[in-house]
Order: sequence, then C-alpha cells, then structure tokens
Amino acid sequence: MAKSIDVSDLNIYYGDFLAVEGVTLTIPAKSVTALIGPSGCGKSTFLRSLNRMHEVIPGARVEGKVVIDGQDIYGSDIDPVQVRRQIGMVFQRPNPFPTMSIYDNVIAGQRLNAKKMKKSDADDVVERSLRSANLWEEVKQRLNRPGASLSGGQQQRLCIARAIAVEPQVLLMDEPASALDPISTSAIEDLIHELKADYTIVIVTHNMQQAARVSEDTGFFNLAGAGLPGRLVEFNSTKKIFSTPDEPSTEAYISGRFG
Amino acid sequence: MSTQTTQARSDRSHLPLSHPRLPTWAPRLVAALAIAAAGLVSLTLGWGVVAWVLLAVVVFAIALPAWSLKVENGRAAKDRFVTTLVWIAFGTALVPLGSLMWKVVSEGVPVLSAEFFTYSMRNVIGEGGGIYHAIIGTLLVTAGAAAISVPVGILSAIYLVEYGGKSRMARTVTFLVDVMTGIPSIVAGLFAYALFALMFGPGIRFGFGGSVALSVLMIPIVVRSVEEMLKLVPHELREASYALGVPKWRTIVKVVLPTAMSGIVTGVMLAVARVMGETAPLLIIAGSTDSVNWSLFGERMMTLPVFVYYSYMQPGVPPAFGQARAWGAALVLIAIVMALNLLARWIGRRFAPKTGR
Amino acid sequence: MSATATARRPKQRKGDLIFSGTTRLAAILILVALAGVAIFLTVEGIPALDAPPNKLGGAESLAGFVWPLLFGTLLAAVIALVIATPFSLGVALMISHYAPRRLAQPVGYLIDLLAAVPSVVYGLWGIAFLGPELVPVYRWLEQNLGFIPFFAGPASGTGRTILTAGVVLAIMALPIITAITREIFTQTPKLQEEAALALGATRWEMVKMAVLPYARSGIVSAVMLGLGRALGETMAVAMVLSATSGVTTFNLISQLNPSTIAANIANGFPEATGLGVNALIASGLVLFVITFAVNFAARAIVARSERRLQG
Repeated sequence: MAKSIDVSDLNIYYGDFLAVEGVTLTIPAKSVTALIGPSGCGKSTFLRSLNRMHEVIPGARVEGKVVIDGQDIYGSDIDPVQVRRQIGMVFQRPNPFPTMSIYDNVIAGQRLNAKKMKKSDADDVVERSLRSANLWEEVKQRLNRPGASLSGGQQQRLCIARAIAVEPQVLLMDEPASALDPISTSAIEDLIHELKADYTIVIVTHNMQQAARVSEDTGFFNLAGAGLPGRLVEFNSTKKIFSTPDEPSTEAYISGRFG
Repeated sequence: MSTQTTQARSDRSHLPLSHPRLPTWAPRLVAALAIAAAGLVSLTLGWGVVAWVLLAVVVFAIALPAWSLKVENGRAAKDRFVTTLVWIAFGTALVPLGSLMWKVVSEGVPVLSAEFFTYSMRNVIGEGGGIYHAIIGTLLVTAGAAAISVPVGILSAIYLVEYGGKSRMARTVTFLVDVMTGIPSIVAGLFAYALFALMFGPGIRFGFGGSVALSVLMIPIVVRSVEEMLKLVPHELREASYALGVPKWRTIVKVVLPTAMSGIVTGVMLAVARVMGETAPLLIIAGSTDSVNWSLFGERMMTLPVFVYYSYMQPGVPPAFGQARAWGAALVLIAIVMALNLLARWIGRRFAPKTGR
Repeated sequence: MSATATARRPKQRKGDLIFSGTTRLAAILILVALAGVAIFLTVEGIPALDAPPNKLGGAESLAGFVWPLLFGTLLAAVIALVIATPFSLGVALMISHYAPRRLAQPVGYLIDLLAAVPSVVYGLWGIAFLGPELVPVYRWLEQNLGFIPFFAGPASGTGRTILTAGVVLAIMALPIITAITREIFTQTPKLQEEAALALGATRWEMVKMAVLPYARSGIVSAVMLGLGRALGETMAVAMVLSATSGVTTFNLISQLNPSTIAANIANGFPEATGLGVNALIASGLVLFVITFAVNFAARAIVARSERRLQG
C-alpha cells in the first residue's frame, strides 16, 4: 500500500545554482503533508524532485537520497519513467490533454502500458478514477467531450483522476487549487481528505489556511537569505506548526510578518 | 510504514521502481560493435566507405532496440528506436551541406586569383578571364532592389504595426505578404519581363528589370522582419513620447525606428543575402553578357548566379575552363551570402536594444 | 504645439496625415504589385492560345504544352516532399526535444545555413556531384527493383533524372519545413509535456501525447510551404534535370524525363522569340496560380491555428 518517503541530505541544483540545500525529512504514508513557505523558497522544486520531474528542466540535478519502499529513487538502476508512474503528480494549472476526450484523458496513463485494454476494463478504470476524483456524476453523460470543455475546477479534478488512474503510491500536488475559485478549491480540499485513505499525499501550497485545513504534517521552507539556497526550516505536525512552532522564523511567517 | 492492512489492491503493495535497464554506455558499445561489424563485412566484400557507414547505421538501429527489448521492455525499446531515427535524420540532413561545402571549396579555391576578380570575360576564349563584370552586376542589381524594397518594406511595416491595427486592410496586407513570400522566383522574373515588355517592346533585357523582379521577392521578407522588430518596441516608450506632446509621426521616426534599428538592419541584410543568390529572374530579365556594364538602365547585365549557370551549362570549348570558372564564381557567391548572413546576425546581437530588465 | 491643441481630438496634424498616408500608400503598393503579377502574366500569356506547334515545343495546343510540364512539376515536388518531410520532422524534433541544449542552437544554425545556399549552387552540386554519385544506385534499383514501374529503367548514365532533381529539391525544402515545425514543437506548452511525463511516459510517448497533437496543423502547413518552394524552384531543376519535351512518365531513373514549368522557362526563355515567349509566360501563370493556391491554403491553416491557440 501507500508508502512513506525518506529524504536525506537532499541538495537540488539548476546547473551550478544550488536551489535547495540539505533537506532531511520523512513523509508519512497515508497522510497529507503540506509544504509552505514564501515564493521562491524551493518548495515546488523540492516537490518535483520527489518524482524526478525536476530533471526534466535542462541542467537540473540533485544530490542526496530519496528513499521509498527501501529503494533510492536516484539510484543508478532506477528508471525515472517507473518512478513517475508510482509517484503521480498534479500541477498548479489544470493540464488535460487538449486533443483528447475526458475518457481518453483519464485512461492516457493506463494506455501507455497496456495498448490493447479490454473495453470493459478501461471503462472500469475510467469510472473508478472519476468517482475517486468526485467527478463521475458531473461528466458521466459526456465522456467523449474534450477535456478542455470542462470548467477549471472540473479540469483539475480530471487531472487528479488521470493521476490516480495509474494507481500510484504517492500523489504530489503543486498548488493544485491556486488557479481555482473558492468553490472549486473547497471541492479539491474535500477530495484530498478522501484520497488520503489510499494515498500518501504531498501538497505544496501558498495558502496557510489550506495547509492547516488539509494536512497532518507541515514543512516550512525558507531562503537562508537573498541569493542563498532554500532550506527546510521546520517540519512538525500541522497542529504544532500553527500553534507553537519551534523556530521563530516559522512563527513570523505564520503570523504574517513576512512572505 | 509496515502497519498496512491487507487491502483489495494488493498489486500496489510492491514498488517495482527498478526494472532491469541497459547501462548508460550501452548505445556507445552498440555503436562501436556496429561500426566494427559493418567494417568487417565491407572489407570482405570490398565495399566503399558509404556502404560501410550505411550498414553500420542499420545494424545500430536494429541492434540497440533489440537488446533493449530483451532486457528492458517494449516501450523502452520503442523509445530508443525513435531516438535513433531522430539522430539518423539529423546526421543525414547534414551530409548534403557538408558535401556541398566541401565540393564548392575544393573546386573553387584553385580558380581564385587576382585576375579572376579583376577581369571580365570580354574576348576571352578558353583559359583566363574573370567575374569582375558579374560582381559589378550583382552589386548594382541588388542595390537597386534594396533601393526599392527597403523604403516600401519599412513603410508598409510601419503601416501594419502603427496605423493598420486590426483593420481589414491591415489583415489583408499581412496575409498577402505571407503568401507573397512563396512566389516562385521565376514568376517574379516573368512579371518584370511582362511589365517592361509592355512598356518598351518584347525582348527587353536590362539590369533595373532585375532589380524590380528581386524587389517582388525581397519586399515581403523586409516587411515581415521589420514588422516583428517594431512589435518588440515596448508600448510604454511610445506613450512616454506622446505624453511629452510629440506627434505620432515624430514619435515613430525619432523613438520607435531608432529603437528597432539594429533589428531592421539585420532583417534587411538577411533579405539582401537571400535575393543576391537568386538566378532565375535575372536569367529572364537581366540577361547575360561578357562585358562590364555600369548602367542599370541600358543593355544586358551579367550577375554572379547567372554567370555560374552559363559557365557550367555552356562552358565553351574546351569545357574545363568554363566549368572551373563556374566553381570559382559559386565559391565567391556563397562566401558573399554567408558573410552577409553572419554579419547580419552579429549586428542583430551586438546592437540589440536593451529592453529587458 | 500648445497642450490645448493636442487635447482636441478630431483634428489631425498635417505631419501625421502625410506620414500615415505614405505608409498606407506603401502597403497598397504591395497589393498592387501582387495584382500586377497576375495581370501582366495574364496579358502576356493570353496570346499564346494561338501559338503554332513550333512555338510550343511541338505540342498541338497550349494545354498540350503545359500539361507535361505541370506533370513534371508535381512529380518532382511530390518526390521532394516524400523525402524531405520525415527528415525535417526528425531534425525539428532533434532540435526541440532531443538534442542537449548546448547542441540545439548550433544545429538550428547549420540548418539555416542550408537555406542560405543559393539555388544555383545546389544546381551545380546536383549536376556535378550528386547525379554521377547516384548512377550506381540507379543501376542497382533497375536490376533489383525494376519490376516496380518507378524503377523500370533503363538507368540513366548521367544521373540527371527526375529522382535526382527530387532529391535536390528535398534538400532545399528541408530547412523551410524544419524551421516552421521546430518553432511549433518548442512552443508546446510545458504543462502538457509534464503532464505526460508525470504519468510515466517515455520521451517518445511524451512527444506522441503532447507535442505532435499540438503541432498537427502546423506540420501540415509547414509541409505545404515546403511544397510551394519545391513547385517553384527553378535553377536546381534546370541544371540537374535532363528533360525531354512532351514526356510524361512515372519512370524515375531513366534518361527520358518530364521537365518542370520553372526549369523549362529558365532553359527556354533566353532563346525564345515571338509567341514562344508568350507560351512560356502562360506556363508561368499556371505555376503562379498553383503556388499561390498552395501558399494561400498553408497560411490560412497557420492563421486559423494561431487564432485557436490564442483564444
């Protein structure tokens, strides 16, 4: 089932530029972990390094270990394609494939591995994924319409359905609600609550209330100073972070004194 | 976390992150083996280098995906196959460029001499002679074309960017300018001939006709590049000028054009380089001659591309000398065109306005 | 020049009127020139309808004169595109998605250099180098694949065949198709590409899921612009191809080849007289109409897809 992730001494680079330095933490399984911090502090960069999406950017690389299920995903015999299949990702802006229907969008990841799926199996996957994403009732009549015909909030839930259709272990979410209106945002937050029964979820958010609402644990990232790399300042239970954080800078950020 | 309960989706309980992969040096190893194997076959069968390379490429394109299919999986094998195809396409596309450059340089260099640049072909039979008259002709005809195209092109671009807006007229012109870039050069030549034949009678040949024909090809290029450059000028700059009470036309002349100047110069030079190599329209309307002609408005005028064409296709007797001159002229032509290209790009980069923050 | 004068709106300044009028005039001049191409070619082409056979390369009528040329033009262009399209797409993908970043820019520049080479130099290279090099290939094709009508032979001894011309045209069309498709490939939204990768797609699967669907209409119009170039290219064909007038054949490697409209004009015009000139101009009008239609369609596709992507 869903796995925990152990990160130790992770340095993340863009070319020669050290963007994030020395992150060590354990993300517990089947729970929601939020990452907060001012913009540019490297929280999104860190998130992307958890499923090797970081290295998609030319020149980007990491040092250190990210261990899941006893395997370092940066080990030499690890296939990044396989890693991304096990650790799904939802992006800041909804990005359904514009030329594909709703149905094809959901099944896109499955199709990569099984070219000739039985129609009934595919239908099952689509329905199960869309139900898990709380979208089934809204789209079941129009599965063949293009994914781009949905509203922004629906598109984002479609992207979540697409990510969980391949049955990953972990779901990474990069500010999944930042481009959405309040009603869609609350729908996404409800969905996160339901999904944590089955998945380990890591969510980056700039919205501290959101972090407080949805997560069990919270990590606070901050820059060590202008031009210096970002680092993990504090990692604690969400309750503690938002009441009595250990670090003064966390408290300063939470209480709105900067960022 | 080992506190997992036995759930229905048991297939998710194991994480297969590390299916077997080929080592990173696998492509290099296969490449070396393919070259060696193909070399062995070629040597035993007495094939040439070309066949050797072809065979090596084919062996590589089959062997690497096959190995990947055996060790990795079908998807990885397909990915490796497509990657190989993409690199083959790239490599193949460079072969003609390399071959052409090598051929032109190796055949052209021995021909170059002081005489080659300073003599025309007047009264030359067999050896000797040069391309002086053709260089003069090319410079004059191209200068004439630029004299027509640059003002018309820049003014049209100003109209499109500053005045036309989204009007029907502006959209029509933009679209037709794009379509015009596809007019075959020979058609431009026929147009110039038809135009001047109606004015001065059939059989007309003169340099300025060539300038008109080249203008038809050059104007759309100038318009497009100047348009792009003017669009890059930030709107705040114009507004700052309006705010000072400067009228629009002076704003354009004094603020917008100078800001975009390096880009405009680059665009114009690239357009000049482009039409300088045009042959077909000049063959039609400028004709060919063996003598120097300094007048754009009288008599036939030789140009470099036309010189290349006639020297090779009608080399005279014995043909060796004429054909050698064709290579020499081709080398000079390519050198001029490439130099203009490089210079244009250098100016574009060197004098680019610093609009960014 | 007082502030109150500029505040009054409808009255335009004289300088502004003159300047904007001049720029508008220049734009109109372009339209006039384009119309002029069509009009003058028509005026000078019409007399050819009455041209006798000896002015039409032996053909009975103008249509009989133009048809074989049109056939050769289309055949050469189709050969060129069949060869150029896969290579162009490969090179464009290589630049946009496969090459390491340090390599991509110089590679793009090399391909631009291909476009800068004058066509007469391609012609020279084609007749003096490529043609002779292809002779053994044609012999091999005749002997081993002669049952296919394209390669029926007998193989040309000089290599100056329509297939050689098609290869040269392919090399000339390649930079055009590559430049446009690579531009579109690199414009593929990063979000789409990352969506595919995050699902566990390999690079090729990512290209198939995100890049190619996004670029489809762009590829079509790029190929059509390449077609326009191949249809109208003159000198390379005029030099490389050894043509016989009035021939129409699908045999690509023999010494009997159809000419193309453009090459036939280039070869025939300097010596043509009287109605012969008009006949060549008439064939040029046909070429103009075809390339105009192809370019028009290609640009219309581009414009439509640009609007779709913006809106």
